[in-house]
Amino acid sequence: MPVPVYYSFRNLSVRRLTTALTASGMAMVVFVFAATLMLAEGLQKTLVETGSPDNVVVIRKGSQSEVQSGVERLQASIVESFPEVVMGDEGRPLFAKELVVLINLPKRGTKKPANVVIRGIGRASHGLRPQVKLVAGRMPRSGSSEIIAGKSIAERFEGGGIGEHLRFAMRDWTVVGVFDAGSTGFSSEIWGDVDQLMQSFRRPVYSSVIFKMRDTAAFETIKSRLESDPRMTVEAKLETRYYLDQSEAMAKFLRILGLSLTCIFSLGAVIGAMITMYAAVANRVVEIGTLRALGFHRASILLAFILEALFLGLIGGIAGLVPAAFLQFITISTMNWQSFAELAFSFSLSPGIIVKSLLFSLVMGISGGLLPAFRAARMDIVGALRSS
Amino acid sequence: MECSNSSAKGVEKSHVVELISVFKSYQRGSQIIPVLEDISFRIQEGDFLALMGPSGSGKSTLLNLIAGIDHADKGTILVNGVDISSLNESGLASWRSVNVGLIFQFYNLIPVLTAFENVELPLLLTGLSARRRKEQVETVLSLLNLSDRIDHFPSQLSGGQQQRVAIARAMVTDPAILVADEPTGDLDRTSAAEILSFMGRLVKEFGKTIIMVTHDPKAAENAHRIIHLEKGVLLNPGQQKI
Amino acid sequence: MFYLKLSFRNAFRHPLRAVLTITGVAVAILAFGLLRTLVGLWYLGVETSSSTRLVTRSSISLVFSLPVSYRERIRQIPGVKEVSMMNWFGGIYVSEKNFFPNFAVEPKTFLALYPEFIVDEGEKKSFLNDRRGAAAGSKLAAKHGWKVGDRIVLKGTIFPGEWDFVLRAIYRGAQRSTDESQFFFHWDYLNESLRKTVPRRADQVGIYMVGVDTPEKAPEVAQAIDATFRNSLAETMSETEKAFQLSFVAMTEAIMIAIKIVSYVVIVIIMVVAANTMAMTARERIAEYATMKALGFRWSHVAVTVFAESLLIALLGGTIGVLLTFPAANLLEKELSQFFPVFIISTETIYFQFAAAALVGIVASVFPVYRASTINIAEGLRRVG
Repeated sequence: MPVPVYYSFRNLSVRRLTTALTASGMAMVVFVFAATLMLAEGLQKTLVETGSPDNVVVIRKGSQSEVQSGVERLQASIVESFPEVVMGDEGRPLFAKELVVLINLPKRGTKKPANVVIRGIGRASHGLRPQVKLVAGRMPRSGSSEIIAGKSIAERFEGGGIGEHLRFAMRDWTVVGVFDAGSTGFSSEIWGDVDQLMQSFRRPVYSSVIFKMRDTAAFETIKSRLESDPRMTVEAKLETRYYLDQSEAMAKFLRILGLSLTCIFSLGAVIGAMITMYAAVANRVVEIGTLRALGFHRASILLAFILEALFLGLIGGIAGLVPAAFLQFITISTMNWQSFAELAFSFSLSPGIIVKSLLFSLVMGISGGLLPAFRAARMDIVGALRSS
Repeated sequence: MECSNSSAKGVEKSHVVELISVFKSYQRGSQIIPVLEDISFRIQEGDFLALMGPSGSGKSTLLNLIAGIDHADKGTILVNGVDISSLNESGLASWRSVNVGLIFQFYNLIPVLTAFENVELPLLLTGLSARRRKEQVETVLSLLNLSDRIDHFPSQLSGGQQQRVAIARAMVTDPAILVADEPTGDLDRTSAAEILSFMGRLVKEFGKTIIMVTHDPKAAENAHRIIHLEKGVLLNPGQQKI
Repeated sequence: MFYLKLSFRNAFRHPLRAVLTITGVAVAILAFGLLRTLVGLWYLGVETSSSTRLVTRSSISLVFSLPVSYRERIRQIPGVKEVSMMNWFGGIYVSEKNFFPNFAVEPKTFLALYPEFIVDEGEKKSFLNDRRGAAAGSKLAAKHGWKVGDRIVLKGTIFPGEWDFVLRAIYRGAQRSTDESQFFFHWDYLNESLRKTVPRRADQVGIYMVGVDTPEKAPEVAQAIDATFRNSLAETMSETEKAFQLSFVAMTEAIMIAIKIVSYVVIVIIMVVAANTMAMTARERIAEYATMKALGFRWSHVAVTVFAESLLIALLGGTIGVLLTFPAANLLEKELSQFFPVFIISTETIYFQFAAAALVGIVASVFPVYRASTINIAEGLRRVG
């Protein structure tokens, strides 16, 4: 015969202050836990969405990122002639030779400089990234000093807005369009004509070439062909893989930091729950004795107290998740150590994170409540009834 | 022992406590419950008074008013000529520390303090030196046959012993009145008898005034006088025990 | 004295509860100290930078290099004492996991400009004389078991190929905060190889380090350098080493701010836990507080006992936390040597830790002190039994 569920719940509502304090301790831990998961999720989302699974990025072997890479013109044309490259409308291959450089731009307001990616694009570049949508203005004319800026650049960097000017590489560039690439990394880039940019930056080589495959299964063929060709000092990566690799260190850092913080913090919250539950048991010795005398089994008492701890955890979990959900409105921008470029991403709450956070709060509740619950269940009836 | 309050009043016994039409009510939510209504009586020095009545009759409230741990709504309470209903909270606290000794049903000893330290507690509020305090505490404890329990914690003492420590604590400052709320309520018959005989000795040998709340007629037999309270009204303010 | 005794005994009345609370506070103070140190280390490069050194780089961004010919022109600017140059090499030793910063530098001027890197005279000589010679920090050398004379191969990421070096010197740091995990080799060696393989990338310098006579002259010299190269193909941007380091740090500021916030969150969490403990304790002792007040004690007496108890527990936990910080920092220094070459607990951090512990104790006592001092005696006494 179990002790009614409302017994456990009502006991929590009776000692309101203690319940509120303990639960808010847990809530803060859940908040930190959820926040780090959301951050990692947001980063992941940004980078996974940045790449398309049927796009291939070719960079110089061992160069890790487009910024460090260099692809000779000859090498680029060899890749262009690969039969696996998809032909677009007008019979042009969906193939882009791009230049990627970093420049220092001051942020709006603070004037603090940050590294921004400038991408020199070819005709096919836009078609290769369907997630990039022009939201204002127009595309730059080739052969001109016109550029378009990603939404987060337009918002956060000086001179990045439409109609404004940016000065770099000894030239003034006019922003003629703003594009939105959702939560992808492209939103933090500036795009301009590749030939114009190479001229201004005095770069004789491309940074990378990007193309779309006819069939994702063809990737291995492309890869081995590149590796076996002695003229090619380049390597091919699936675009999705490439962007995941880009943020590996950052993701790892966030993961480790988040996990270790959560571990330490949850220790504090579990201790809090344990103190509360021990006190709950100590204050109700006579009550427990009475329940046992009425015929409730040890197991029922154990269950009642575990349930109380679980409720406590759940309250904390919900109280932590609600403010965490509001973090979705915040965008974090930081330098990606691997590419040295500014990267903006948001906290992202997924159903998986909600489940994980609630489970985590229940685990905290039960870790705090288990020992006290056993103490309650082990009490002997006569002794419990006699104590006052 | 110091005798600061009781001796100087001459041969004729004066009134230590005098209540003049005292009213007291409690608020429970929006309801106002009258507890004491128009209570007037006097207690002479050296008197041992028992306050009796069914539970809820207001006897403990009355005791609290005399002890200065609760405020009357209306009326005057004179103790040793001082109108304690006119004192503010901190004034009352100082007054209590010198003039009243409190004895509770559940002893109310501080569990983390030894018998000695518990008895010493009220003396910490006086300016006495540590040496004088020690002397005084030891004297009182030996009077109550507790000399061998000096360094015991309350949890190491029986109920009767704990109540004796509480009595020692109540009289260590040599107060004018001792106020006891069901002092034998939590004790077995033997211990209760022991406590009551101690209280009798305090009146007889030291001329203390004791006001005791009890619902046990046996305990009340030890008093000189019994006052009955019912529903906040005194039934027999003047009746003396033979 | 009496109140202290009472507080002390009260604090340990529920030994389990006391131990749990103290543990909680200790863990929180430990975490707080480590997080603060972590944030501090992020800015360590800024702190340890010299005010008589300038960094000159391409005005576009760090990724762009400057021609080697600038070196002589910078040297001729009045106020400049010494000019050295550096290229970020970005080589990988065996595997990416072994990351350490490695640079191609002009060794003679570099060592002259950076007196905090201490090298034996003998090793210095052989390092300077060997074109393929390299110098490594003592921590880095110890980590990989390198000895002077060992052959070290780095795989280039920016400069493709396998690069062969001979370790000629192992430097130590002049201060405990000096980074002993860096790797330097001859700029000439890099440049000569590039001339043969990719001539267009040869004769390029990543940054120039410029030593000036006095700190006061630094801004003036920086302006003079940038003026010299204005409207040239490679415009420069010169700033003090401090500003240069700061611009790096600023880019990852968001993460540091997050860590900072989180380090306060841990204190708030433990504050709540301690406050709960104290509130429960106070509730259980209402009758005792009422008794003390009935005996004539003032509210302030009772408040002091409660306050002291709370403070005592918090400071005990805090002290344990501070004491644990040192071994924890040593452990982290070993484990995280890749990210943080040094892990030093500053005195300031220790003060902050104690302050945080005291704050926890004070805040935790607010409610119980209020409860204990405002209880109605008659009410409080009625709770007994």
